[in-house]
Amino acid sequence: MSEELQLPRAARVFVSFVALLRVNGFAVAPEQTTAFLAAIELLGPRSLEAIRLAGLATLAPPPERRATYDRLFDIHFIGSKAIDPAGAEDEEVVRLQEEGRGEDETLLADEANESGLVAARAEALVERRFAASATGDALRRLSREAPARLPRRRGHRRMRARRGPWADLRRTLRESVRNDGEVLRLGRLKRRERPRKVLLLIDVSGSMKGRTDDNMKLAHALSHAVPHVEVFTFGTRLTRVTRALRLKRREQALSAAAHLVSDWDGGTRIGDALQAFLAVPRFGSYARGAAVIILSDGLERGDPSALQDAVAKLSRRAWRLSWLTPLAAGPGFQPQTEALIAIRRLVDDLVDGGSTAAIVSHVLSLGQRKAA
Amino acid sequence: MTVRGNIVGIDSPEALERALRTAYYLADDGLATAAYLGLALGKPLLLEGAPGVGKTEAAKAIAAVLGRRLIRLQCYEGIDASAALYEWNYPRQMLAIRQAGEETIDIYGETFLIERPMLASLRAPDSTVLLIDEIDRADQEFEAFLLEFLSDFQISIPERGTVRAAERPVVVLTSNRTRDLHEALRRRCVYHWIEYPTAEREARIVMMRASSVAEATARAVVAAVGKLRREPLSKAPGIAEAVDWAEAATLLHARGARWPDAFKRSIGVALKDEEDLTFISSRLDALIAEAAA
Repeated sequence: MSEELQLPRAARVFVSFVALLRVNGFAVAPEQTTAFLAAIELLGPRSLEAIRLAGLATLAPPPERRATYDRLFDIHFIGSKAIDPAGAEDEEVVRLQEEGRGEDETLLADEANESGLVAARAEALVERRFAASATGDALRRLSREAPARLPRRRGHRRMRARRGPWADLRRTLRESVRNDGEVLRLGRLKRRERPRKVLLLIDVSGSMKGRTDDNMKLAHALSHAVPHVEVFTFGTRLTRVTRALRLKRREQALSAAAHLVSDWDGGTRIGDALQAFLAVPRFGSYARGAAVIILSDGLERGDPSALQDAVAKLSRRAWRLSWLTPLAAGPGFQPQTEALIAIRRLVDDLVDGGSTAAIVSHVLSLGQRKAA
Repeated sequence: MTVRGNIVGIDSPEALERALRTAYYLADDGLATAAYLGLALGKPLLLEGAPGVGKTEAAKAIAAVLGRRLIRLQCYEGIDASAALYEWNYPRQMLAIRQAGEETIDIYGETFLIERPMLASLRAPDSTVLLIDEIDRADQEFEAFLLEFLSDFQISIPERGTVRAAERPVVVLTSNRTRDLHEALRRRCVYHWIEYPTAEREARIVMMRASSVAEATARAVVAAVGKLRREPLSKAPGIAEAVDWAEAATLLHARGARWPDAFKRSIGVALKDEEDLTFISSRLDALIAEAAA
């Protein structure tokens, strides 16, 4: 902006509030700012609460960032520093246990002053080179073949086809108009096929440390190969990383995900994590009718019955539930851990997840006949 | 942006709240403000929240307050333009062509057009409220298509030309947030996230909606339902379930069941999932006793 806009003094404070929101990563369009100002004018000078509500309605902060919005509002309009940082956590992260108070979201953060620990972690994640080119080959194979080979479901829309259950009356009518009302050929319709949703749950606990990097890369490749992929990581928390992985460049996406996930290489409570996943209705519905893939060794420190219960629920909701464990590398694999024995009956597949190539092979085979 | 501060005599969020109350809907400040701003700024109202918090009911109440007919478009996966806008009555057109013989005939006349919700609301913007229900279940393509509709309020029918709304229709969208809506859609609307009501408000809703429920019963049910919502259930009871539960318990009590027992026996109207029932069953007694205390 080259020239200084002359805003009326009264409006300035509201426009600068929008600017503050933008700096903190809220997407606010100019038309929303206009609506916000119009709303304040409509409501008249009443109370701060009315302004807060007007902002909520017109600037539409996402519900899971409501706490952050409220704090910024307080800072801007009240200038209070008496803010409770607890509870100011975005809903994309579900805590499974009290681990003391987490760092609250840094306000006005930019890329330059992120906390050193997170930065180091992100770098470590990005810096590690491929252990073997086999991984790279497998990922390339995934990107190449996934669009054609992942499972599909029948959609509602109909498309033209040579043969199909319905008559295409629309096309037939058009042709018959050209032929003075004679129907020479009856077009047919069939239901279009659409790609099925894929839900990827990645165990990032200490026991999976060796696989975590590769699994995240795989998740990124899969997110870009097919539409409708949801990715969560779990350890001592459950974190949704779908949005981070949507970034096109892998390094960027992985470091964005590293920012979100704060429980790398920690303990595992798989049962609790899955229960937490199912308890958030928005998350739980991602699983409905989806191909669900869990990458975990099933080394459960928590209560195995919670795990069993969660897997049972998940498998009923999913179209197909695959559990890929690095412990199943051999062909004569027999589940040893209590947890794996328990869930064996409940999942559709319990197969090798010890290498990227093995995982890719399984993912690409999902579209074929279901496992018996 | 055309701003109208006064809509059918409603000139503030408080006035709208009072009007909604006469339509048996108790709105909180946030919802009343958002709905009023939506009407006044001529923007669609987008309501998001968990299933059963009364999103669709809010749309019905707004239509009732404005004295308009509610046109409902229920979204589903794979919904397409022909289900939402208009369709041609092909069999009828076919017949007309056959019967016409040598005469000329306009097969794209009014008689052959089947109006779907969105076209209906464009043609009668001053007497209808368009409810687009559960937009999150529709797919991305439909959302993009909707975005276009909500910005211009016009539909072009290739065979007939463009239909424009004489004034901006009142549109309410609801979403259960099973997926994230497109940012652009949220930006175009006035947005409100509906939370479960406070216990106080919910008790008032139960008493208002149920035919004959004592205040003590309503409070007990609301307390119990509030506790249930904090449990990791696959289907948390909504407001309608709370109302039904209060009604059912009252009915059983009138037929001679004792109090805590009447609640317990009618749990099936509040929890409708066998797993949730077994999950809760061991603690149900304690939970109801606590709530009724």
